[in-house]
Amino acid sequence: MTATAAGPGDSRAAQLRQTWRDPPGLWGFLTTVDHKRIAARYIVTTLFLLFLAGMLAMDMRLQLSAPGLHRMDPQLYNESFSLHGSTMLFLVSVPVMEAMALWLVPLMLGQRNMAFPRLAAFSYWLYLGGVLMLWLPHAVNITPDLGWFEYPPLSGPAYSPGHRADIWAQMITFTEVAALAASVNVAMTILKLRPPGMTLAKMPLFLWAMLVASLMTIFALPAVMLATSMLIADRLVSTHFFSPSGGGDALLFQHLFWFFGHPEVYIIFVPAVGFVSAIVETFARRPIFGYAAMVLSVLAIGILAFGLWVHHMFAVGLPRLGNDFYTAASMTIALPAGIQIFCWIATIWGGRPRLATPMLWVIGFIITFVIGGLSGVMTASAPLDLQLTDTYFIVAHFHYVLVGGAIFPLLGAFCYWYPKATGRLMSEKLGTLAFALIVGGFNLGFFPMHILGLWGMPRRVYTYPAGMGWGTLNLVATIGSAVAVVGGLVFVANALWSFWYGRRVGADPWGGPTLEWAARSPPPPHNFDLVLCVDSLTPLWKKELTAFDGLALDRREMLVTTVMEAEPIYRQNSVGPSIWPLMSALAVTLLFVGSIFTPWALVWGAVPVAIALTFWFWPTRARASTGPLGRRR
Amino acid sequence: MSSPESPRIIGSLADLPDSARGAAHLVWWGNLGFMLIEGTGFVLAVGCYLFLSSASAAWPPAGDPLPSLWWSSIFTLALIASEIPNLWVKRRSGEHDAAAVRLGVLAMTAIGLILLFLRACEIAALQPSWHQDAYASVMWMLVILHSSHIVTDWGDTLVQALWLHTHQIGDDQFADVEDNCNYWTFVVVAWLPLYAVIYWLPRFA
Repeated sequence: MTATAAGPGDSRAAQLRQTWRDPPGLWGFLTTVDHKRIAARYIVTTLFLLFLAGMLAMDMRLQLSAPGLHRMDPQLYNESFSLHGSTMLFLVSVPVMEAMALWLVPLMLGQRNMAFPRLAAFSYWLYLGGVLMLWLPHAVNITPDLGWFEYPPLSGPAYSPGHRADIWAQMITFTEVAALAASVNVAMTILKLRPPGMTLAKMPLFLWAMLVASLMTIFALPAVMLATSMLIADRLVSTHFFSPSGGGDALLFQHLFWFFGHPEVYIIFVPAVGFVSAIVETFARRPIFGYAAMVLSVLAIGILAFGLWVHHMFAVGLPRLGNDFYTAASMTIALPAGIQIFCWIATIWGGRPRLATPMLWVIGFIITFVIGGLSGVMTASAPLDLQLTDTYFIVAHFHYVLVGGAIFPLLGAFCYWYPKATGRLMSEKLGTLAFALIVGGFNLGFFPMHILGLWGMPRRVYTYPAGMGWGTLNLVATIGSAVAVVGGLVFVANALWSFWYGRRVGADPWGGPTLEWAARSPPPPHNFDLVLCVDSLTPLWKKELTAFDGLALDRREMLVTTVMEAEPIYRQNSVGPSIWPLMSALAVTLLFVGSIFTPWALVWGAVPVAIALTFWFWPTRARASTGPLGRRR
Repeated sequence: MSSPESPRIIGSLADLPDSARGAAHLVWWGNLGFMLIEGTGFVLAVGCYLFLSSASAAWPPAGDPLPSLWWSSIFTLALIASEIPNLWVKRRSGEHDAAAVRLGVLAMTAIGLILLFLRACEIAALQPSWHQDAYASVMWMLVILHSSHIVTDWGDTLVQALWLHTHQIGDDQFADVEDNCNYWTFVVVAWLPLYAVIYWLPRFA
């Protein structure tokens, strides 16, 4: 916020800009702790990987477009779907949601940065290490080839010699540590850096969604890190966690993996609930209907998501009582999801909706996600799941849920907050065309897979004989996928074109009600000149905004408030740019990569990590003048 | 770039303190977040132990010795006893007593070194080796997992001691000492169920 005329406000803004700006050039790029710059590089990296994973998908669709094709051999097909799934789940879907939070949360709180700015930088560099861990070996033809969950015993030492499985397992370690670092940062920023007046009951739904998703990440991700670490130990130092011959149990891996894997679906979906709620509120031009019910639904999903993992394991032969329980639990989660859908529809119904592109994506989301939810209720039933599991019905279901339920809202969110990030609007015409191609192509591509699955076409086959009668629907699916890819290219072209030629806009082009729309577009390094106050869920729809001044202008300071009522407590020093998050990530990379070759890497690799972390956290204060090591004048 | 309307200034934050301690402090919450992550890891690791034990006809499997109580119990008692100086350091840091904090953190570094020696003795006595069977693998995993926490906290305490003895201590550093004490309490408390599971459960299973 700043004064519109020259005066004290301009001087304050200039001073703050000077205090919060990064060093110029490459050094600034490497040392920045500006949440917007970190989030932007996170988002660009995930979108690039989305493109690569999409190309892998197209390659596989071409292979399946007609029966009996042999342009790919089974090994290449195995590698393709393993790389596609691992990239989409670990390197795109979860990180892009974290990245959106890193960009949006401080802005929506009226804050100047995240609670732990260097942790945000560390998170990105480590995530990039995970990307390189998977894709650099792929460039030299060492690609994981056992699917996105790499079950033992197939991934164990007896059946997977070499390092393909290790690369996959250690990629998980990289990305999960990065996600955990981001989640702690997001959760604590939301809990402790809310502006005065933004009590928990006046918190925008996007912040509720990110708080719940971050807490879910904190409780879910240790399970997969434990599972993959145990897998590496089985492969490297001959432990027996998953080998039945040594008293281990391969099912333990599945339990740990899905204890993470099912909440992960909601870790991806819950932020999308936040996107959709923000977009619906702005474009229906009325406060969200049923705010309390929406918050309770997000909380219910966050809890119930941890009680469903066994529905991914119905086919392994668990006790019937267990199957019954998990069937019931899986169906129960449809209730809070349904409440959310009805609240959004009621908001649109009771408002004055505008069909700009972000809203189009919401409509695409609601229709697609409801279809995915219905097929989810079907597969929640253990007897039906036994018939459908490992068929194309499941492929259709999870793409409807993940693409329809998370990627469509993400694309809507991208269009919605694009003018805030760039100061320019995206083209509505190109946006509408991209929407039609992506949503139309997606449904043309994936709906036939339900039928193929019901006809018995199994997943993970590189080809099929002509006599099965699956050729026509597979060709339709391939055409639909190609249309969606063209739509994706139009979307990217629109983003690039608009960056230079889009219509310039002010701070709040959509009439949004939350605090990020009070910042300039694009926001300056310090985001806001003053500490804004909040007294409703839609503060920018009130006649007048109020604010506090008094934070330092010549050093980086943020306001810390109480967890429940957001009452001001103290002024927190916020750290500036530093090279040590990058150096720490490089040291951790050395340790992680080394430990797939020798367990001693955990010992010698810890030394550079300790050195880098010491420099990271070493406070800068005057030398002591007392004590045995004090410097006496 | 455009500018929105100016908000009306209703007060100043300049009189607020520039530091806090305990749960009011931001870093206290970050520390809590990482304790939640690591605590979840411990709970799941114990879950793995119980899962594998429930799938085995005998626990420990026939031929495997019961885990030795000697060094592990000495370590456990020493670990619990370390809470006395740890809580004392925490209290002194809350009262901003620089001399006591410098002495206390140095003492905790020495105590950490003694505990690492005791843990090394405990590990040397662990039987059978981790590659014998799943029982041994999961037992070693729990001990190594907890040992990694002792090593990291000891390193943290050592660096903190060095810094405290060479620099003037401000409010934020007193808060850091308090957070380090809280983390040590977490390391101590986390060990107690692990000790019960690793060393006593097989005796009653």
